[in-house]
Amino acid sequence: MHVPDGFLDPATSAATAAVAAAGIAVALRGARRELDERTAPMAGLTAAFVFAVQMMNFPVGAGTSGHLIGGALTAVLVGPWTAVLCMTVVLLVQAVVFADGGLTALGTNVTLMALVSVAVGYGVFRALAAVLPRTRIGALVAAGVGAFLSVPAAALVFVGLFGVGGVADVAIGTVALTMGGVHLLIGLGEAAITAAVLSAVLAVRPDLVRGARHLRRDVTLAPRPPAAAPVAVRDAA
Amino acid sequence: MKAPRRRTVGFLLTGLLVTLLVAGVGSYYASSSPDGLEWSAEEEGFMDTARDSAVAGSPLADYGVAGIGDARLSGGLAGVTGVLVTLLLAGGLTLVVRRRSAGSQDAAAETPDRVPAGRD
Repeated sequence: MHVPDGFLDPATSAATAAVAAAGIAVALRGARRELDERTAPMAGLTAAFVFAVQMMNFPVGAGTSGHLIGGALTAVLVGPWTAVLCMTVVLLVQAVVFADGGLTALGTNVTLMALVSVAVGYGVFRALAAVLPRTRIGALVAAGVGAFLSVPAAALVFVGLFGVGGVADVAIGTVALTMGGVHLLIGLGEAAITAAVLSAVLAVRPDLVRGARHLRRDVTLAPRPPAAAPVAVRDAA
Repeated sequence: MKAPRRRTVGFLLTGLLVTLLVAGVGSYYASSSPDGLEWSAEEEGFMDTARDSAVAGSPLADYGVAGIGDARLSGGLAGVTGVLVTLLLAGGLTLVVRRRSAGSQDAAAETPDRVPAGRD
Protein backbone atom coordinates (compact mmCIF):
# COMPACT_ATOMS: atom_id res chain seq x y z
CA MET A 1 0.00 0.00 0.00
CA HIS A 2 2.99 2.30 -0.37
CA VAL A 3 1.60 5.64 -1.53
CA PRO A 4 3.76 7.23 -4.27
CA ASP A 5 4.47 10.94 -4.61
CA GLY A 6 1.76 12.86 -6.45
CA PHE A 7 -1.44 11.10 -5.34
CA LEU A 8 -2.08 13.60 -2.53
CA ASP A 9 -1.67 17.37 -2.72
CA PRO A 10 1.15 19.10 -0.79
CA ALA A 11 -1.13 20.39 1.98
CA THR A 12 -2.49 16.91 2.74
CA SER A 13 1.00 15.41 2.58
CA ALA A 14 2.24 18.07 5.00
CA ALA A 15 -0.67 17.36 7.35
CA THR A 16 0.01 13.61 7.39
CA ALA A 17 3.71 14.32 7.93
CA ALA A 18 2.77 16.33 11.03
CA VAL A 19 0.53 13.51 12.26
CA ALA A 20 3.33 11.00 11.63
CA ALA A 21 5.89 13.15 13.47
CA ALA A 22 3.57 13.53 16.46
CA GLY A 23 2.90 9.79 16.48
CA ILE A 24 6.61 8.97 16.38
CA ALA A 25 7.29 11.43 19.22
CA VAL A 26 4.65 9.78 21.40
CA ALA A 27 5.93 6.32 20.42
CA LEU A 28 9.51 7.26 21.39
CA ARG A 29 8.25 7.96 24.91
CA GLY A 30 5.99 4.93 25.07
CA ALA A 31 8.62 2.53 23.75
CA ARG A 32 10.86 3.25 26.76
CA ARG A 33 8.48 1.21 28.88
CA GLU A 34 8.54 -1.68 26.41
CA LEU A 35 12.24 -1.98 25.68
CA ASP A 36 14.91 -3.60 27.77
CA GLU A 37 18.18 -5.23 26.83
CA ARG A 38 16.43 -8.41 25.76
CA THR A 39 13.59 -6.87 23.76
CA ALA A 40 15.65 -4.24 21.90
CA PRO A 41 17.47 -6.82 19.69
CA MET A 42 14.10 -8.56 19.20
CA ALA A 43 12.67 -5.25 17.95
CA GLY A 44 15.54 -4.81 15.49
CA LEU A 45 15.05 -8.33 14.17
CA THR A 46 11.29 -7.85 13.90
CA ALA A 47 11.76 -4.71 11.80
CA ALA A 48 14.23 -6.51 9.50
CA PHE A 49 11.82 -9.45 9.22
CA VAL A 50 8.93 -7.15 8.29
CA PHE A 51 11.13 -5.51 5.63
CA ALA A 52 11.92 -8.94 4.17
CA VAL A 53 8.35 -10.25 4.22
CA GLN A 54 7.06 -7.02 2.67
CA MET A 55 9.09 -8.02 -0.42
CA MET A 56 6.99 -11.19 -0.71
CA ASN A 57 4.01 -10.01 -2.71
CA PHE A 58 1.38 -12.73 -2.90
CA PRO A 59 -1.19 -12.89 -5.72
CA VAL A 60 -4.70 -11.67 -4.89
CA GLY A 61 -7.24 -12.51 -7.56
CA ALA A 62 -6.63 -11.54 -11.16
CA GLY A 63 -3.68 -9.29 -11.83
CA THR A 64 -3.33 -7.94 -8.30
CA SER A 65 -0.98 -8.65 -5.44
CA GLY A 66 -0.57 -7.71 -1.82
CA HIS A 67 2.02 -8.07 0.88
CA LEU A 68 2.14 -8.12 4.64
CA ILE A 69 2.05 -4.72 6.29
CA GLY A 70 3.07 -6.18 9.63
CA GLY A 71 1.70 -3.58 12.05
CA ALA A 72 -0.36 -6.08 14.05
CA LEU A 73 2.37 -8.74 13.98
CA THR A 74 5.04 -6.31 15.17
CA ALA A 75 2.83 -4.85 17.91
CA VAL A 76 2.00 -8.29 19.32
CA LEU A 77 5.66 -9.32 19.20
CA VAL A 78 7.36 -6.25 20.68
CA GLY A 79 4.61 -3.92 21.92
CA PRO A 80 2.60 -1.21 20.14
CA TRP A 81 4.88 1.78 20.73
CA THR A 82 8.00 -0.09 19.68
CA ALA A 83 6.02 -1.37 16.69
CA VAL A 84 5.38 2.20 15.54
CA LEU A 85 9.14 2.81 15.62
CA CYS A 86 9.94 -0.47 13.82
CA MET A 87 7.37 0.16 11.09
CA THR A 88 8.64 3.74 10.65
CA VAL A 89 12.20 2.50 10.14
CA VAL A 90 11.01 -0.05 7.56
CA LEU A 91 9.06 2.62 5.65
CA LEU A 92 11.98 5.07 5.85
CA VAL A 93 14.44 2.52 4.42
CA GLN A 94 11.99 1.55 1.68
CA ALA A 95 11.34 5.16 0.65
CA VAL A 96 14.91 6.46 0.86
CA VAL A 97 16.97 3.47 -0.30
CA PHE A 98 14.56 1.56 -2.55
CA ALA A 99 12.28 4.34 -3.88
CA ASP A 100 9.29 2.31 -2.65
CA GLY A 101 6.72 4.85 -1.51
CA GLY A 102 7.24 8.53 -2.22
CA LEU A 103 9.47 10.87 -0.22
CA THR A 104 6.80 13.56 0.15
CA ALA A 105 4.37 10.69 0.83
CA LEU A 106 6.52 9.29 3.65
CA GLY A 107 4.36 10.96 6.31
CA THR A 108 1.26 9.49 4.67
CA ASN A 109 2.78 6.02 4.58
CA VAL A 110 3.91 6.26 8.21
CA THR A 111 0.41 7.41 9.18
CA LEU A 112 -1.24 4.53 7.32
CA MET A 113 1.15 1.65 7.92
CA ALA A 114 2.82 2.58 11.21
CA LEU A 115 0.07 4.42 13.09
CA VAL A 116 -3.27 3.16 11.71
CA SER A 117 -2.27 -0.45 11.13
CA VAL A 118 -0.62 -0.74 14.58
CA ALA A 119 -3.48 1.04 16.36
CA VAL A 120 -6.22 -1.01 14.71
CA GLY A 121 -4.29 -4.28 14.66
CA TYR A 122 -3.17 -4.07 18.28
CA GLY A 123 -6.40 -2.49 19.53
CA VAL A 124 -8.47 -5.33 18.09
CA PHE A 125 -5.94 -7.86 19.37
CA ARG A 126 -6.17 -6.57 22.94
CA ALA A 127 -9.94 -6.29 22.84
CA LEU A 128 -10.33 -9.87 21.61
CA ALA A 129 -7.59 -11.26 23.85
CA ALA A 130 -9.53 -9.91 26.83
CA VAL A 131 -12.62 -11.97 26.00
CA LEU A 132 -11.14 -15.04 24.30
CA PRO A 133 -9.71 -17.98 26.26
CA ARG A 134 -6.18 -17.29 27.51
CA THR A 135 -4.74 -19.99 25.32
CA ARG A 136 -2.30 -19.97 22.44
CA ILE A 137 -5.20 -20.46 20.01
CA GLY A 138 -7.05 -17.55 21.59
CA ALA A 139 -4.03 -15.28 21.14
CA LEU A 140 -3.57 -16.38 17.52
CA VAL A 141 -7.24 -15.74 16.70
CA ALA A 142 -7.08 -12.30 18.33
CA ALA A 143 -3.90 -11.40 16.44
CA GLY A 144 -5.26 -12.79 13.16
CA VAL A 145 -8.48 -10.79 13.36
CA GLY A 146 -6.54 -7.67 14.34
CA ALA A 147 -4.17 -8.17 11.40
CA PHE A 148 -7.08 -8.79 9.03
CA LEU A 149 -8.96 -5.61 10.03
CA SER A 150 -5.81 -3.45 10.06
CA VAL A 151 -5.42 -3.71 6.28
CA PRO A 152 -8.85 -2.44 5.10
CA ALA A 153 -8.69 0.14 7.93
CA ALA A 154 -5.44 1.58 6.56
CA ALA A 155 -6.85 1.41 3.01
CA LEU A 156 -9.97 3.34 4.02
CA VAL A 157 -7.93 5.99 5.84
CA PHE A 158 -6.04 6.44 2.57
CA VAL A 159 -9.38 6.83 0.78
CA GLY A 160 -10.36 9.47 3.33
CA LEU A 161 -7.09 11.34 2.69
CA PHE A 162 -7.65 10.95 -1.04
CA GLY A 163 -11.13 12.44 -0.63
CA VAL A 164 -9.64 15.48 1.11
CA GLY A 165 -6.46 15.97 -0.88
CA GLY A 166 -6.43 13.66 -3.89
CA VAL A 167 -4.98 15.34 -6.97
CA ALA A 168 -7.19 13.38 -9.38
CA ASP A 169 -10.88 14.22 -9.68
CA VAL A 170 -12.38 10.79 -9.07
CA ALA A 171 -15.64 9.77 -7.38
CA ILE A 172 -14.58 8.90 -3.85
CA GLY A 173 -17.28 6.30 -3.32
CA THR A 174 -16.02 4.01 -6.07
CA VAL A 175 -12.42 4.45 -4.87
CA ALA A 176 -13.57 3.36 -1.40
CA LEU A 177 -15.28 0.26 -2.81
CA THR A 178 -12.31 -0.71 -4.97
CA MET A 179 -9.68 -0.03 -2.29
CA GLY A 180 -11.76 -1.55 0.49
CA GLY A 181 -12.61 -4.66 -1.52
CA VAL A 182 -9.10 -5.55 -2.66
CA HIS A 183 -7.65 -4.83 0.78
CA LEU A 184 -10.18 -7.13 2.44
CA LEU A 185 -8.61 -9.89 0.35
CA ILE A 186 -5.08 -8.75 1.16
CA GLY A 187 -6.14 -8.67 4.82
CA LEU A 188 -6.75 -12.42 4.66
CA GLY A 189 -3.09 -12.87 3.68
CA GLU A 190 -2.06 -10.48 6.46
CA ALA A 191 -4.02 -12.57 8.97
CA ALA A 192 -2.57 -15.86 7.71
CA ILE A 193 1.05 -14.65 7.79
CA THR A 194 0.61 -12.96 11.18
CA ALA A 195 -0.90 -16.10 12.73
CA ALA A 196 1.72 -18.37 11.15
CA VAL A 197 4.69 -16.31 12.34
CA LEU A 198 3.25 -15.83 15.84
CA SER A 199 2.47 -19.52 16.06
CA ALA A 200 6.08 -20.37 15.19
CA VAL A 201 7.54 -17.95 17.74
CA LEU A 202 5.06 -19.02 20.44
CA ALA A 203 6.06 -22.63 19.84
CA VAL A 204 9.76 -22.03 20.56
CA ARG A 205 10.00 -18.85 22.66
CA PRO A 206 6.60 -17.72 24.01
CA ASP A 207 8.46 -15.53 26.52
CA LEU A 208 9.68 -13.32 23.64
CA VAL A 209 6.11 -12.50 22.52
CA ARG A 210 5.13 -9.41 24.46
CA GLY A 211 1.45 -9.72 23.56
CA ALA A 212 1.37 -13.27 24.97
CA ARG A 213 2.33 -12.30 28.49
CA HIS A 214 -1.26 -12.81 29.61
CA LEU A 215 -0.82 -16.48 28.62
CA ARG A 216 2.55 -16.97 30.30
CA ARG A 217 1.50 -15.39 33.58
CA ASP A 218 -0.87 -18.27 34.34
CA VAL A 219 1.91 -20.79 33.81
CA THR A 220 4.69 -19.04 35.70
CA LEU A 221 2.55 -18.08 38.66
CA ALA A 222 1.11 -21.54 39.12
CA PRO A 223 4.04 -23.04 41.12
CA ARG A 224 4.47 -20.00 43.34
CA PRO A 225 1.72 -20.19 46.03
CA PRO A 226 3.68 -22.59 48.33
CA ALA A 227 6.66 -20.22 48.36
CA ALA A 228 4.48 -17.17 48.85
CA ALA A 229 2.47 -18.62 51.72
CA PRO A 230 5.12 -18.22 54.46
CA VAL A 231 5.55 -14.56 53.50
CA ALA A 232 1.84 -13.98 53.89
CA VAL A 233 1.89 -15.65 57.29
CA ARG A 234 4.83 -13.54 58.41
CA ASP A 235 3.06 -10.38 57.24
CA ALA A 236 -0.06 -11.33 59.14
CA ALA A 237 1.94 -11.91 62.29
CA MET B 1 21.18 -17.24 33.76
CA LYS B 2 23.60 -18.04 30.96
CA ALA B 3 21.53 -20.75 29.31
CA PRO B 4 18.46 -18.58 28.54
CA ARG B 5 20.70 -15.83 27.17
CA ARG B 6 22.46 -18.28 24.88
CA ARG B 7 19.07 -19.58 23.77
CA THR B 8 17.95 -16.02 23.00
CA VAL B 9 21.06 -15.39 20.91
CA GLY B 10 20.31 -18.64 19.08
CA PHE B 11 16.74 -17.57 18.47
CA LEU B 12 17.81 -14.16 17.17
CA LEU B 13 20.43 -15.66 14.84
CA THR B 14 17.93 -18.19 13.52
CA GLY B 15 15.41 -15.40 12.96
CA LEU B 16 18.03 -13.36 11.11
CA LEU B 17 18.89 -16.32 8.90
CA VAL B 18 15.23 -16.85 8.01
CA THR B 19 14.88 -13.11 7.34
CA LEU B 20 17.94 -13.06 5.04
CA LEU B 21 16.63 -16.11 3.16
CA VAL B 22 13.22 -14.50 2.65
CA ALA B 23 14.72 -11.24 1.36
CA GLY B 24 17.72 -12.73 -0.46
CA VAL B 25 16.16 -15.82 -2.06
CA GLY B 26 12.39 -15.95 -1.52
CA SER B 27 11.70 -12.46 -2.85
CA TYR B 28 12.60 -13.62 -6.37
CA TYR B 29 9.42 -15.71 -6.35
CA ALA B 30 7.15 -12.86 -5.20
CA SER B 31 4.23 -11.80 -7.39
CA SER B 32 5.11 -8.90 -9.67
CA SER B 33 1.49 -7.89 -10.22
CA PRO B 34 0.55 -4.36 -9.13
CA ASP B 35 -0.32 -4.16 -5.42
CA GLY B 36 -3.78 -3.33 -4.09
CA LEU B 37 -3.26 0.44 -4.19
CA GLU B 38 -1.67 0.48 -7.68
CA TRP B 39 -4.42 -1.78 -8.99
CA SER B 40 -7.13 0.42 -7.47
CA ALA B 41 -5.46 3.53 -8.89
CA GLU B 42 -5.43 1.99 -12.37
CA GLU B 43 -9.05 0.84 -12.04
CA GLU B 44 -10.19 4.25 -10.88
CA GLY B 45 -8.02 6.13 -13.34
CA PHE B 46 -5.70 8.10 -11.06
CA MET B 47 -2.48 6.11 -11.47
CA ASP B 48 -1.19 8.79 -13.86
CA THR B 49 -1.07 11.30 -11.01
CA ALA B 50 1.77 9.33 -9.41
CA ARG B 51 5.17 10.96 -9.79
CA ASP B 52 8.56 9.32 -9.61
CA SER B 53 10.27 9.53 -6.26
CA ALA B 54 13.21 11.92 -6.09
CA VAL B 55 15.39 8.87 -5.39
CA ALA B 56 13.95 6.80 -8.26
CA GLY B 57 17.44 6.78 -9.81
CA SER B 58 19.19 5.50 -6.70
CA PRO B 59 21.42 2.41 -7.08
CA LEU B 60 18.95 0.18 -5.21
CA ALA B 61 15.69 1.65 -6.57
CA ASP B 62 12.86 -0.87 -7.01
CA TYR B 63 14.72 -3.58 -5.10
CA GLY B 64 17.47 -4.20 -7.64
CA VAL B 65 21.17 -3.35 -7.72
CA ALA B 66 22.00 -1.03 -10.60
CA GLY B 67 24.38 -2.66 -13.08
CA ILE B 68 23.62 -6.28 -12.16
CA GLY B 69 21.68 -7.90 -14.98
CA ASP B 70 20.83 -11.20 -13.31
CA ALA B 71 17.43 -10.60 -11.67
CA ARG B 72 17.91 -13.25 -9.00
CA LEU B 73 21.28 -11.87 -7.90
CA SER B 74 20.27 -8.22 -8.22
CA GLY B 75 17.06 -8.61 -6.22
CA GLY B 76 18.69 -10.89 -3.68
CA LEU B 77 21.54 -8.47 -2.98
CA ALA B 78 19.09 -5.58 -2.70
CA GLY B 79 16.97 -7.58 -0.26
CA VAL B 80 19.91 -8.58 1.91
CA THR B 81 21.15 -4.97 1.94
CA GLY B 82 17.70 -3.75 2.99
CA VAL B 83 17.49 -6.30 5.79
CA LEU B 84 20.88 -5.30 7.19
CA VAL B 85 20.18 -1.54 6.93
CA THR B 86 16.78 -2.00 8.61
CA LEU B 87 18.30 -4.20 11.32
CA LEU B 88 21.02 -1.66 12.10
CA LEU B 89 18.66 1.34 12.14
CA ALA B 90 15.83 -0.30 14.08
CA GLY B 91 18.17 -2.16 16.44
CA GLY B 92 20.20 1.00 17.02
CA LEU B 93 17.12 3.15 17.60
CA THR B 94 15.58 0.72 20.07
CA LEU B 95 18.89 0.35 21.91
CA VAL B 96 19.15 4.13 22.28
CA VAL B 97 15.54 4.39 23.47
CA ARG B 98 16.16 1.51 25.88
CA ARG B 99 19.29 3.03 27.41
CA ARG B 100 17.49 6.22 28.31
CA SER B 101 15.02 4.17 30.30
CA ALA B 102 17.58 2.24 32.34
CA GLY B 103 16.47 2.09 35.95
CA SER B 104 12.75 2.31 35.36
CA GLN B 105 12.49 -1.11 33.77
CA ASP B 106 11.19 -2.96 36.79
CA ALA B 107 8.41 -0.49 37.36
CA ALA B 108 7.56 -0.57 33.67
CA ALA B 109 7.37 -4.35 33.61
CA GLU B 110 4.39 -4.31 35.96
CA THR B 111 2.54 -1.54 34.14
CA PRO B 112 -0.19 -2.77 31.82
CA ASP B 113 0.27 -1.85 28.17
CA ARG B 114 -1.37 1.27 26.96
CA VAL B 115 -3.07 0.89 23.61
CA PRO B 116 -2.59 3.66 21.05
CA ALA B 117 -6.15 3.31 19.79
CA GLY B 118 -7.59 3.35 23.26
CA ARG B 119 -9.66 0.31 22.32
CA ASP B 120 -8.47 -1.88 25.11
